[in-house]
Amino acid sequence: MFRTFGPNEFWYIVMAVQWTLLLSAVAFAGGALGGIAVALGRVSTVRPIRYGALAFIRVFQGTPLLMQLFLVFFGLNIFGVGINPWVAAAVALTLHASAYLGEIWRGCIEAVPQGQSEASWALGLGYRDRMFSVVLPQAAKISVAPTVGFLVQLIKGTSLASIIGFVELTRAGQIINNATFQPLTVFSLVAALYFILCWPLSMWARHLEGRFAVATAR
Amino acid sequence: MNYQFNFAPVINNFDQLIYGALITIQLSFGAILIGTLIAIPCAAAKTAGIKPLAWLVNIYIEVIRNTPFLIQIFFIYFSLPALGIRFDPNTAALVALSVNVGAYATEIVRAGIESINRGQVEAGRALGLKGHQIFRYIILKPAIRTIYPALTSQFIYLMLTSSVVSAISATDLAAAGNNIQSATFAAFEVYLVITVMYFVLSLGFSGLFSAIGRTAFRYPLAR
Repeated sequence: MFRTFGPNEFWYIVMAVQWTLLLSAVAFAGGALGGIAVALGRVSTVRPIRYGALAFIRVFQGTPLLMQLFLVFFGLNIFGVGINPWVAAAVALTLHASAYLGEIWRGCIEAVPQGQSEASWALGLGYRDRMFSVVLPQAAKISVAPTVGFLVQLIKGTSLASIIGFVELTRAGQIINNATFQPLTVFSLVAALYFILCWPLSMWARHLEGRFAVATAR
Repeated sequence: MNYQFNFAPVINNFDQLIYGALITIQLSFGAILIGTLIAIPCAAAKTAGIKPLAWLVNIYIEVIRNTPFLIQIFFIYFSLPALGIRFDPNTAALVALSVNVGAYATEIVRAGIESINRGQVEAGRALGLKGHQIFRYIILKPAIRTIYPALTSQFIYLMLTSSVVSAISATDLAAAGNNIQSATFAAFEVYLVITVMYFVLSLGFSGLFSAIGRTAFRYPLAR
């Protein structure tokens, strides 16, 4: 009556990892661009920009990712884009990542001593040179560990795209479970695959954190 | 853009949303309570360096922190019955949320315990306090004070994460939205209102936690 869980089912799930990775990569790339904009907005001297960026962060950190996915998924339809899980998941996760990375990177920018910014101002550098040649490169060094940490959170977050019908690792697991009714095998395998993706990144983030702590210890 | 917004289905079914929000609040506070009860002994075992116990705690933390919550709840709700452990959806949700927040809280509490100066413990021993008294008054209490902001933001994140339990037909706020949406097709309007409700809940949680913090940590710091 049920399909048995064989090599085909196993490989179907394993191959779905590529869609999880692709969605994570798209969201991370988009989130990095958005995150820089949000972080710069947060440290801007122009008050409306600063408050706008703060409101963006508060909204996305104060509401569930699942609701953000639903709103984008059904909202795109209102703008006549049509129902498309790929676009909806990519857009929602990009916005989500922009808010979180923006807040993380704001902290990193503010961790760069104020004197650096003042010195470049005294040397006559404009905003762009001051930010992109002096402040951001130093902030980037601090930001690696928390950014990798967030990447783990983002990869796990892509599992929610399965709820709006995007076929990635979690959805592939559900599909195979519905056909074979082997929930123990299927979800253990899916969990193991997520673990294989995330654990090395977590270890790397912790390693970077430790190294940074040693480098800045006084 | 010629979409007609229709909030009537949301307004007519607002009692369902209120009921869902109450379940979300119950699940969150239940999980916070159970999760904290998991975290304190786990963090104590980890910092005490009791080898096999610390390894088990580490495995627990790493597995939970490196797999999505959606898979954890699928595992508890769909996979565990294969081993003879069966929960109704809301209980499965509570178990999954507690196990999840327990792992994150363990790491936070551990960081707090490690921030306590060894000299404090030695002073406690010199004063003749017993082991459990030292742990409770000299280690845990100031540790909780130090990590309180990190812990409470983890709790707010847990409340937001709890929306995922709607995927196993628990009856929380997000699930109430799914029900109204599938009956009325006003999907965007329903989820917009629910998103606002989650936002209000997160503000409420944050206000409540800082009020609790203000009363609980009113005593002055030693230095």
